[in-house]
Amino acid sequence: MTSLYSRDSLMQAVRAFFRSEGFREVETPLILKTPCMELHIDAIAAGDGFLRTSPEMSHKKLLARGAEKIFEIGKCFRLGEKGRLHNPEYTMLEWYRVDSDYGTALVDTQNLLAEVVNCRGDVPRAFSKGWKIWTIAEVFEEFAGWNPVEEFDADRFDLDLLEKVEPALPRNCPVVLKDYPAKLCALARLKRGDPKIAERWELYLDGIEIANAYSELTDPVEQRDRFESCGKQRRALGKVVYPLDEEFIQALETMPSASGVALGVDRLLMILTGVKHISDVL
Amino acid sequence: MYNASDLKKGLKIEIDGDPCVITDFQFSKPGKGQSIYRCKIRNLSTGNSFDKSYRSVEKVKKASLESRDFTFSYQAGDDFVFSDNSTYEEIHLSTEQLGDNQYFIVEDMQVEILFHNEKALDLTLPNFVEKEITDTEPGARGDTTTNCNKPAKIDNGYEIAVPIFINEGDIIRIDTRTGAYADRVSKG
Repeated sequence: MTSLYSRDSLMQAVRAFFRSEGFREVETPLILKTPCMELHIDAIAAGDGFLRTSPEMSHKKLLARGAEKIFEIGKCFRLGEKGRLHNPEYTMLEWYRVDSDYGTALVDTQNLLAEVVNCRGDVPRAFSKGWKIWTIAEVFEEFAGWNPVEEFDADRFDLDLLEKVEPALPRNCPVVLKDYPAKLCALARLKRGDPKIAERWELYLDGIEIANAYSELTDPVEQRDRFESCGKQRRALGKVVYPLDEEFIQALETMPSASGVALGVDRLLMILTGVKHISDVL
Repeated sequence: MYNASDLKKGLKIEIDGDPCVITDFQFSKPGKGQSIYRCKIRNLSTGNSFDKSYRSVEKVKKASLESRDFTFSYQAGDDFVFSDNSTYEEIHLSTEQLGDNQYFIVEDMQVEILFHNEKALDLTLPNFVEKEITDTEPGARGDTTTNCNKPAKIDNGYEIAVPIFINEGDIIRIDTRTGAYADRVSKG
């Protein structure tokens, strides 16, 4: 029951925060004709379509139609992801703000989490010290001895992130890793003046990845290229290749610049309640 | 071959020609990255444990393990000789390979031997074996409590802790999985 009440309090605090910031709560479809194509994210089939792996494409379509500040709390689904920190069905908090970038997204996130912690009374260990912000180049050079931004190696990146970088991150303060190699950008914009870097950050609390943010890519031509090259890589790995969502590509033509954050609600609840396994908060 | 996503606790796999068992297993997936299956693995030949991570695209070899029924036939020096129940083929296992199991083997005992590529890897005895106590201090008469133990020996010199009331000549049952006293079968 503790986790049920904690979830309720967390949801109330989240909604109160976004209302006070002038965001509108939206509800977008769970079943999509085609899910967002990412190299390592697989969708669960549902009828003629797929359960969404993220509300990202639906939200960007809303931004293209004039929405300015929106958020959604809803279930997302990912095939085959089950473990201490993963469940195939989980709750995502996703929000977008137009005319902003990943820096603004970080300020939003810091304010949101300050509000969440403030509502609780006691301060969880992961918030006992101030925020620590590192670039990916810095953490990899420090803990893994190489710079993935200069010379990218996907396999080595994933393994070293998991085995060398994540275990070395401090546990008593929120940690943000930012400026990912351009190859790991998916739907993020590349840094102006430095195309080796994608404007993306990830938030870690107590060594656990909690949120992912982008300065959103709004170039339909580049987005189409990325989806097509991702489709080729998926085919080579023997994975399902999802058809392109033409409406989404079209929406990018009118979508204003924006920042977006996806935050795992169940994992945040784990941090707040101090449990070790995601199944303890579901 | 197994796919990395088939891996789980208890699965027997082959690494560099050695049979291994996965003793602990964790699914991990760094943000937007590939699935990584982190395993703790024990080498069944050497007994060594180590950590190993598999990426989702990797394949893992199945260990070809086969277990067959044997009967203990005789002892030849340091070797124990068993014969295959269906082919009567003999196999020699050294006391080193047998470990503590050597103390619990009795005449005509039915055992199961696990093979990896025709090489004997492990031996499973019946769960209990009866043995006679050959050496222990006399116990206090009437004391039948079991929460106080004393040292004793069986015929081949194996030392075992037994309750106070056990005497020389008593037949006891030993749990072969733990090597510990289970109960008394008959008084000597």
